[in-house]
Amino acid sequence: MYQYNQDDQTLIDERVAQFRDQTDRYLKGELGADQFRALRLRNGLYVQTHAPMLRVAGPYGLISSNQLRKLAHIARTYDKNYCHFTTRQNVQFNWPELEKVPDILAELASVQMHAIQTSGNCMRNTSTDHLAGVCPDEIADPRPYCEIIRQWTTLHPEFDYLPRKFKIAVSGATHDRAATQFHDIGLHLVKNASGEVGFKVFVGGGLGRTPIIGQVIKPFLEQKHLLSYLEAILRIYNLFGRRDNMYKARIKILVKETGLEKFSDMVDAEWQLIRDGRELTSERVEQIKAHFIPPAYAADAGSDTSFADLQAKHPAFATWVKHNTAAHKIPGYRAAFVSLKAPDSPPGDITDTQLDAVAELADRFSFGEVRSTHRQNLIFADVKQADLYDLWQALEPLKLATPNIGTVTDMICCPGLDFCSLANASSIGIAKEINEALDDLDYIHDIGDLKVNMSGCMNGCAHQSVGHIGILGVDKKGTEWYQLTLGGSSENEAAIGERLGPAVAKDEVTNAITTILDVYIKNRLAEESFLDMVKRVGITPFKEQVYASH
Amino acid sequence: MQVIKDKQIIANTWTYLTDDEPLLTGDVIVSVQRWLQDKSALLAHEGKIGVRVTSTDAVADLANDLQHIELIELNFPAFADGRLFSQAWLLRERYHYHGEIRATGNYLPDQVFYLSRVGVNAFSPSRVEDITTTLAGLNTFTVKYQPSVN
Repeated sequence: MYQYNQDDQTLIDERVAQFRDQTDRYLKGELGADQFRALRLRNGLYVQTHAPMLRVAGPYGLISSNQLRKLAHIARTYDKNYCHFTTRQNVQFNWPELEKVPDILAELASVQMHAIQTSGNCMRNTSTDHLAGVCPDEIADPRPYCEIIRQWTTLHPEFDYLPRKFKIAVSGATHDRAATQFHDIGLHLVKNASGEVGFKVFVGGGLGRTPIIGQVIKPFLEQKHLLSYLEAILRIYNLFGRRDNMYKARIKILVKETGLEKFSDMVDAEWQLIRDGRELTSERVEQIKAHFIPPAYAADAGSDTSFADLQAKHPAFATWVKHNTAAHKIPGYRAAFVSLKAPDSPPGDITDTQLDAVAELADRFSFGEVRSTHRQNLIFADVKQADLYDLWQALEPLKLATPNIGTVTDMICCPGLDFCSLANASSIGIAKEINEALDDLDYIHDIGDLKVNMSGCMNGCAHQSVGHIGILGVDKKGTEWYQLTLGGSSENEAAIGERLGPAVAKDEVTNAITTILDVYIKNRLAEESFLDMVKRVGITPFKEQVYASH
Repeated sequence: MQVIKDKQIIANTWTYLTDDEPLLTGDVIVSVQRWLQDKSALLAHEGKIGVRVTSTDAVADLANDLQHIELIELNFPAFADGRLFSQAWLLRERYHYHGEIRATGNYLPDQVFYLSRVGVNAFSPSRVEDITTTLAGLNTFTVKYQPSVN
């Protein structure tokens, strides 16, 4: 993964010093609450229901074992022994003390981590495919480009006070695992007719209150123009994005109100004026690519036979392999998920002990590196198949081996009313209740690929509108209600879920979900996934059953 | 009132005139609208002329007149309104403006590093105590990742 040079280190050290000074001035009363708010948000610090929340950047999801140990240390020393992974591959601490945050940032800086621009109306952490560099369906490795974008976006002087937050995601594979079409800018690495790598650029996607699928603004952007084209989009957005209404301030609204064609003309006109003279050189790309050369894979890994034998001998292991590992481009290797969706644990949460243990396992089995995923799990990207049994055995007692990746209990879930000051309704409690109702693993596996996303408010941090089943908490006269949607998807065939009907009461959510699953089981065709069935039959059969008793 | 220009504390010599105030002697700053309407009268003025740009103005409107304008004031209505960062960049990079660009109004001393990078070379702090913070803020970072004006 990317290793900081002296300039990178100096930059984050200077950022810590800057924030320490700002915190001091705020505590002394020299800096007003509104002013400090804008500054602390740009360092990942929110003030939540109970305490501040600190969001730390996981640069495009990559975390070294050394960094994991630091996260464990922070959880132990400054928080309540746990942290939370988010859909954008970041890490959140829910209980830091405001006064201690500069110290936490200094601890992070000591392992090349930071919380810069993880919130606020600025360019956020760039996210990508958790299988980058290892998946068989890859066109080009997105990580070097993510690092180039990370550097370009970090402390960009012109674009730090945008109309609203701005998120970029990059996918390098044919299968989009990074929800790129729901980002302000989505980049797909593609090759042109002569085999040159470039980008298909999507713009104006986003979730939240007004979910919109991104549109293609540039079918093929040459690699050398990446940063000038991003700059052109950002300048047009910064100058013309709406600032009169925060709910209409995302670039998706500017694109929608302007029209893609005209917006694209505006961007092109700007781009023509800046594109020459600031090309991204191939030397620069190669220099960054050198940080992402493949690890020293064992040449004989593919000749292993123990893997098949062990699966035959241990059905529970075979089940875990089937659900919690993914194909790897190198023979004899697989990527192995660490499920952060144990039935009795809030989705995405991990304790300090687990973090330390995962660090140890990363060192033993996966070249000292782990990644966070869009669906709030972790993954070891490079595990020899011959080692998977030992890895599984180590993960089991840590409660990190629940074989549910991609299933109904692998829910994306926001912190909800339990922590977040924006939330209208709880989500963690509902997730727990659904988990308790779905305690039969065979049933869960029979249902198969099903993405359930649940957010505690309209802001949609858990991407409910693109869940195959989406659950959205709403407030109705002081009580918690839940709106259900079906048929959303954040992958290649991006779709926004359709509302099933009126919101259901809190104590009816689990029943509604199990009813939906029953309708699927009874009506599916052979091999038909939940999403495919919803596409085929629409929402009516589900609606009839869910609201039957009303 | 003191201002900071090119990292030096100097005395301010400029006066902003609202659109209905009569022209004074000395160095005056007028709105973009007044400049565009009263250009000939202002060109005949003995003192220097500056123009105040706010975030809803388009600096392109001044592009052909920049040789007559000795100071452009970027007047922040709210510190979170980042349009003026792009306006400053446009003035320097697109329209090659070489005069003084001064930040005034509701911006934060914590923003002056970024402002200096996009071409703002003068600052009019709204509070006396902000002078020190502003001077320090101009040196917050010694490294940068991307090109801009500076």
